[in-house]
Amino acid sequence: MVKLIVGVLGLQGDFREHLWALQKLRVEAIVVKTVEDLKRVKGLIIPGGESTTIGRLARLTGIADELKKRAMEGMPVYGTCAGMILLAKRIANYPDQYSFGLMDITVERNAYGRQVESFEVDLDIKAIGDKFKAIFIRAPKIVECGEKVEILAKYDGSPVLVQQENLLAGSFHPELGTDLRVHEYFLRMVGVKYAGVY
Amino acid sequence: MEKGTWTVKTGFADMFKGGVIMDVTTAEQAKIAEEAGAVAVMALERVPADIRKAGGVARMASISKIKEIMQAVSIPVMAKVRIGHIAEARILEALGVDFIDESEVLTPADDRFHINKHEFKVPFVCGARDLGEALRRIAEGAAMIRTKGEAGTGNVVEAVKHMRKVMDDIRKVTTMLDDELVAYAKEIGAPVELVREVKRLGRLPVVNFAAGGVATPADAALMMMLGADGVFVGSGIFKSKDPAKMARSIVMAVTYWNDPEMLLKVSEDIGEPMPGLEVEELEVRMQERGW
Repeated sequence: MVKLIVGVLGLQGDFREHLWALQKLRVEAIVVKTVEDLKRVKGLIIPGGESTTIGRLARLTGIADELKKRAMEGMPVYGTCAGMILLAKRIANYPDQYSFGLMDITVERNAYGRQVESFEVDLDIKAIGDKFKAIFIRAPKIVECGEKVEILAKYDGSPVLVQQENLLAGSFHPELGTDLRVHEYFLRMVGVKYAGVY
Repeated sequence: MEKGTWTVKTGFADMFKGGVIMDVTTAEQAKIAEEAGAVAVMALERVPADIRKAGGVARMASISKIKEIMQAVSIPVMAKVRIGHIAEARILEALGVDFIDESEVLTPADDRFHINKHEFKVPFVCGARDLGEALRRIAEGAAMIRTKGEAGTGNVVEAVKHMRKVMDDIRKVTTMLDDELVAYAKEIGAPVELVREVKRLGRLPVVNFAAGGVATPADAALMMMLGADGVFVGSGIFKSKDPAKMARSIVMAVTYWNDPEMLLKVSEDIGEPMPGLEVEELEVRMQERGW
């Protein structure tokens, strides 16, 4: 039987923090840098970083096409910050920028401001619980959601964590904190057994 | 809701990892860098190679220059201030640059004190040649460290020396007995709490990039092999024959540093790199600024 391996896209960004979060939950996880790596995983996290850089490298390596195909076949994918921009169908302020175009959402890059405006805040998240410390860094804002998109959390009137069937996307960075509830939620989507934090 | 916290500052630096930060002097160069896959650009009046040539006092870039670059790209924009120049830093923070480099590449403004970077909302990166210097900068509030190397030379030897020294010092700390940490902290002139944290983590508590002399994809991959989290490239890109191509290749080399086949592929047909300088023959050694 094929093991349920979870991958973290490791082209650029804070992929190691996601990997450490998965390791803390005692899940078998690998960094995905090639199409071959991607074929081994049952679920994928796209980390924060620079969406332009990650998008460019994903296209160059062929990962983009394989990722889109797998996601459309139902592979769970979770995008944080830059990862969310890459999942979105529409980028309001940079309409020509490349994205995988998988989720029926419109995002606006850096809509919460430049780095001096970056912040942390406690969120109540549906199906996860309250007081989740969310870290927003030059974060993108979700400005529009299609009918199939479920809003799991809002901040200041805008959605900040959304799900569309097998796809999950958030403006903030749970991997930078110690609370692993969003990662646990994603692992339930993948169908992977995880242990508590040790 | 809290802004400018340590988590927000160091977390931002985490987003640069596995990436290349490029020096640019015009909006046009900034666009080339963004297009090539840079994770951020450093807005400068002159790249280090030209600062070296021009001589005189090197200061923060003009506001109009930085503004022009900020308007040209959507990726983060960094800018340099002179060591200890609190006023230049306040000006850049008010302008809204995403990261400040308190840099030895510019002429120092204060010969004793670095900026107290905890007082700022904007995060700072500082240069270091060994663990003691890195931890002193972190104690002052630097959210990111880069090795100094010798900027503007296109000669990677000093960057290698500094990265090896930092990594070697870290390894030493991780195998040290707790009893020895206070004496070691004193020896390297670092706060003992940070030395303890390095022992606990087995690495620096902040992101550590390589800088100063990186001129080819192979140079960039070498720095990643030695343990860098990413790479700053100054003169290496826009002093080469084909900057767009060189920039793209260096980005690929940083992503695939542990894949020799890929390194071979990206090292082919990159055109002429910038000319290099022997470090022994230099009149000004920028790495000796800062302490």
